[in-house]
Amino acid sequence: MEYVQFTLDALTLGSLYALMALGLVIVYGILRLVNFAYGELIMVAGYTLYLLGGSPLPWLVMAAVAILMAMLAGIATEYVAFRPVRERSVTAVLITSFAFSTLLQNAALLFISPRSRQVPMPDLFTEAVQIGELIVPIRNLLTIVCAVSLLGLFALLLRKTALGLALRAASSQFRMARMLGIPADMVISTAFAISGLLAGVVSLFWLGRIGSVVPGIGLEPLLVAFIATVIGGMRSLQGAVIGGYLLALIDTAFNYLLPQDLLAFRDAFTFSIVIFILLWRPQGLVPGPATGQRT
Amino acid sequence: MLELCDLEVRYGAIRAVKQVDLEVSEGELVALLGANGAGKSTTLLAVAGVLKCARGRIRFAGEDITGLRPERIVRKGIAAVPETRDIFPDLTVRENLRLGGFIHRRDRSGLSHDLDRVHDLFPILQQRADQPAGTLSGGEQQMLAVGRALMSRPRLLLLDEPSLGLAPTIVDQIFAMIDTLRQSGLTILLVEQNASKALQLADRAYVLSLGVVAAQGPAAEVAASSDLRAIYLGA
Repeated sequence: MEYVQFTLDALTLGSLYALMALGLVIVYGILRLVNFAYGELIMVAGYTLYLLGGSPLPWLVMAAVAILMAMLAGIATEYVAFRPVRERSVTAVLITSFAFSTLLQNAALLFISPRSRQVPMPDLFTEAVQIGELIVPIRNLLTIVCAVSLLGLFALLLRKTALGLALRAASSQFRMARMLGIPADMVISTAFAISGLLAGVVSLFWLGRIGSVVPGIGLEPLLVAFIATVIGGMRSLQGAVIGGYLLALIDTAFNYLLPQDLLAFRDAFTFSIVIFILLWRPQGLVPGPATGQRT
Repeated sequence: MLELCDLEVRYGAIRAVKQVDLEVSEGELVALLGANGAGKSTTLLAVAGVLKCARGRIRFAGEDITGLRPERIVRKGIAAVPETRDIFPDLTVRENLRLGGFIHRRDRSGLSHDLDRVHDLFPILQQRADQPAGTLSGGEQQMLAVGRALMSRPRLLLLDEPSLGLAPTIVDQIFAMIDTLRQSGLTILLVEQNASKALQLADRAYVLSLGVVAAQGPAAEVAASSDLRAIYLGA
């Protein structure tokens, strides 16, 4: 029974990690640039939920608006932090994306509050079902189902549509893709919008675990996404997903295995494993396609 | 049809192309020769819109296309096969060709007609349709890169070192293919390190040296008058 419990826990956490990592790597794959304002997309979705909290709207509508706001914030990141400088220098984008991240966090501090704010969550999120002897929170099952269907949908989009083909082409040979007439700006904006969509969905379940939002909420997801993509291989979308699930597996395993007094140091143990994985596979688990240059 | 006027292209402080004037008329095959670092590929990439010109104008079919983005240039009817070929290695051969026809993606019947044409020209690509392009041999990848460029229905084809790194028999095939394309009426600007082969095929030729045009004229004249070894040693 404990194994089933363990598997479910790892899958739940892994589904979130995988979505976070995918959201980060979809932009990285095309621009070879890490969006350090990625965590704030999760924050934006969280505060949107909080602001809608008092309204009579059904929760699903609030959630949809929150995801939409995360997408818009993603596109805004591209316009403000990336587009003006992306062809000039990598360092500049590093700084502008950090700056945009700080700007959004400070806006939340200033206009809302430095203290945590309650976000509305549906009752379903706090209920649980009994399967055999196990008591499983419905939220966990929803997380897994949502993530897996989103990943499936995303894979389908990439394989079957002209837009997906354009995205895949742009992420392997950006310059050549442009020479074939694939509009660079459209592809990049789309990548940021997808990144925002994934961040928005993650936000719902991530905040569902804690029930509230603070300005610094984005830091942990950003870190998790970054580490998962590094493990999985920065250039591969599948790698990001695998990295996400693997990182969650390691985290969950330590949660189960470590004695109580060492549990506070779980991250240190996790990162040691990460270091070993990187020593063994410096390119990440999935090396990804051979690629061309940045813009 | 294509006209470069007083072109200068820089990589930061380095002037890779200092002053190039060049013309390609409709239906012509023009060879662009020169040593490594003479600025041939840079010139081509500037025409394709990938590199920005520091000075000078590029005109195509009577229209000024200087500074247009690459996405716009291909829609004007210029397709490029870069030196690095830049096929999409993790996509299948079929997907690579589909991307070649990206700008005509709404015209389904036209696309399947274009695809048939490419398959006629390179039957091997049909056999390999579902393979990832990265698994093709060098010659096949070159055919794919050319086939992909043709899918955009170009009026002018820019070919950069199509014979680079290929086995001699494959090189002959590639040149035969270029000849076929030329006879079909396509205008071609060909950058080549294999000068003698390029000169046999071309109508006219330009020789670049350190970013300027060192010699130009009908291919036969260039072949006769210039010391090709000197060109390639950069003297």
